[in-house]
Amino acid sequence: MNTEILGIIVMFTATLALALPFGKYIARVYGGEKTLLDPVFNPIEKVCYKISGINNKKEMNWKEHMVALLTINLVWFLLGMLILMTQQWLPFNPDHNPNMSADLAFNTTISFVVNCNLQHYSGETGMSYLGQMWLMFLQFVSAGTGLAAAAILFKAFREKTTDQLGNFYDFLMKSCTRILLPLSLVVALILVFNGTPMTFEGKDQIVSLQGDTVNVSTGPAAGFIAIKHVGTNGGGFFGANAAHPFENPNYLTNMVVMFAQLIVPLAMIFAFGYFTGRKKFSRMIFGVMTVGFLLLTLPNINMEMNGNPAIAAMGIDDSSGATEGKEIRFGAAATGFWSIVTTVISTGSVNGMHDSTMPLSGMNELLAMMVNAFYGGCGVGLLNFFIFIILAVFISGLMVGRTPEFMGKKIEAREMKIAMIIALLHPFLILVGTALATAFPAQGASTLNNPGFHGFSEILYEYTSSAANNGSGFEGLGDNNLWWNITTGFVLILGRFLPIIGPIAIAGLLANKKYIPESNGTLKTDTATFGLMVFAVIAIIAALSFFPALTLGPIAEYFSM
Amino acid sequence: MKQHILPAIKLTVLTIILFAVLYPLAVWGIAQFAPDKGKGEIIVYKGQKYYSNIGQSFTEDQYFYSRPSAVGYNAAGSAGSNKGPSNAAYLAEVQARIDTFLVHNPEIRQSAIPVELVTASGSGLDPHISVAAATVQVKRIAQIRGINPARLEQLIAEHTDKPLAGLFGPEKINVLKLNIALDEMSKANNQ
Repeated sequence: MNTEILGIIVMFTATLALALPFGKYIARVYGGEKTLLDPVFNPIEKVCYKISGINNKKEMNWKEHMVALLTINLVWFLLGMLILMTQQWLPFNPDHNPNMSADLAFNTTISFVVNCNLQHYSGETGMSYLGQMWLMFLQFVSAGTGLAAAAILFKAFREKTTDQLGNFYDFLMKSCTRILLPLSLVVALILVFNGTPMTFEGKDQIVSLQGDTVNVSTGPAAGFIAIKHVGTNGGGFFGANAAHPFENPNYLTNMVVMFAQLIVPLAMIFAFGYFTGRKKFSRMIFGVMTVGFLLLTLPNINMEMNGNPAIAAMGIDDSSGATEGKEIRFGAAATGFWSIVTTVISTGSVNGMHDSTMPLSGMNELLAMMVNAFYGGCGVGLLNFFIFIILAVFISGLMVGRTPEFMGKKIEAREMKIAMIIALLHPFLILVGTALATAFPAQGASTLNNPGFHGFSEILYEYTSSAANNGSGFEGLGDNNLWWNITTGFVLILGRFLPIIGPIAIAGLLANKKYIPESNGTLKTDTATFGLMVFAVIAIIAALSFFPALTLGPIAEYFSM
Repeated sequence: MKQHILPAIKLTVLTIILFAVLYPLAVWGIAQFAPDKGKGEIIVYKGQKYYSNIGQSFTEDQYFYSRPSAVGYNAAGSAGSNKGPSNAAYLAEVQARIDTFLVHNPEIRQSAIPVELVTASGSGLDPHISVAAATVQVKRIAQIRGINPARLEQLIAEHTDKPLAGLFGPEKINVLKLNIALDEMSKANNQ
């Protein structure tokens, strides 16, 4: 069998196999049971809580959770602005990189606080090592925030009737120390032993074999790259992200970091099942997500391996596929596969340039972010999916003429309103942003790298990536200016916090309701039929909201070639 | 919210120590045991230091060409061209690269030019080319350097990195290592 295809299959199945036991482990972590790393981290956490004056045993209701979450995120944002706007004068800046402008710092800080990592700068020239370490800190805690939010959801569906949903700080710290840190450490070690730098020295100058003098940017990259994948953050240490030969030196590291970005979102699905004792329900979620994932990824692998028809027409040998923007060491198959892994999950790291992928590959990348719930980011993927489940329960309930119930709780007008607002927010942010940027050519069209339909796709991609908190881009876009920094900054905030608050509010409200024992009349939500229903809801929402925009961009480009 | 502000600030400071100081220090410490101490893979040839993972520009006819690059192989930055597949100006550029290649390699049929030799990589620093991309350049180099083509093909075979564990991923050739070996072969030839 083709070694490129085999590499993908083995990587994916190995990740699936490990996701089950890791999900069990995550369920134990949030359940407060004993785990392997307790002896190391329990004392450290105890000291942290004591100095901070936090009682990590105090149970919170959903509103207290959200206040704690938003407060600490605000602290990170303010501190981030301060660091990025003064990094030039701070230590660990051997390359003498400048301070960020206010609008760029605004965009960058938000983007890392919200786990998106949209980057309107290049790491080599735009960030000091201290700045990089700060961003790395945000990569831990922003992923931890997403996981903690999902843990609140877990808790809400375990108890019969309660408003006590655990402690936010406890969930946050445990997510970071028991899940993200150990995984990152392992991945970082594999990276440094494969040629990824971990040094605090500055740029190096070399004279090439042919006699050109060039500089080589380096830095403490390995630690950063590990958590950027484990935490589904995706921001590159270097400008070219995971396509850079320092970030991702060979096929082995490519498999390892693909595993790293898949493992937590996959394991969280199973963790939900173990935690709430509803394993069959978990399997339904996993099934729907995997079908969606495969429907997007298989065509991409195929299209990227088949290559660009416009170049094939020139009469050269295009058996390597669409190699523009791709690296030889990964090949077209692994890059096509990655393009969907990174967009269904909210990682947004790239090992090849999405701007140069085939038109319909670009469409699938867009669709993956537009749905944003086939696996999804650390913790938040499950929250997004939860909204679709609520919608599906409601619609199914109406179809059979019963009061919609989910996990023994009645779903009523209030929950439905929240679910609808969150479901419609995502298309609203993407389409309004795209429409505005397109309506003002001085802001939109003048910053494009490609003409015509593809140029429109660049705008659409930027807002989709922001709203989905993904962070990848059609990177040809000249996006470091006031318009893009500010507009995407606001899209990022809204696209992060409302889709966290909404599902948590629903979960909190449901948890507080009276438990109705299951009967013959209850709609079963852990069956394949219901899975199909959820899938239909996702497909209908995505198709109705986004199809016109996709027609103007990638689909038109496809038919024009 | 008020009651959360101070604890949030304190917890932030403490977790910064944990995740942004101790964690990178641990990785850095272990990197000291890695080959080249976590400074990237370094090779030294004739007193010059090179990074074997960072591709170099090879445009002279006496060397195996590396791929086109959007950043000219200057690793102070990194980027792809980000050209869309239907972009007319981009397609003209690819056509121009094909024409240039044919001028420098008159004996090669157009249908033998592998697409990766006329398209830019994602990082602009791709250190590799495919086996086909090396083979297509053999005739030219053999003529310029006066080396038997069979020996060059032998050299390519020796420098081909097999897929990971022989099973996963594509075959590839590190252009820098190949060209260093090429220089060595020429030197031995002339003695």
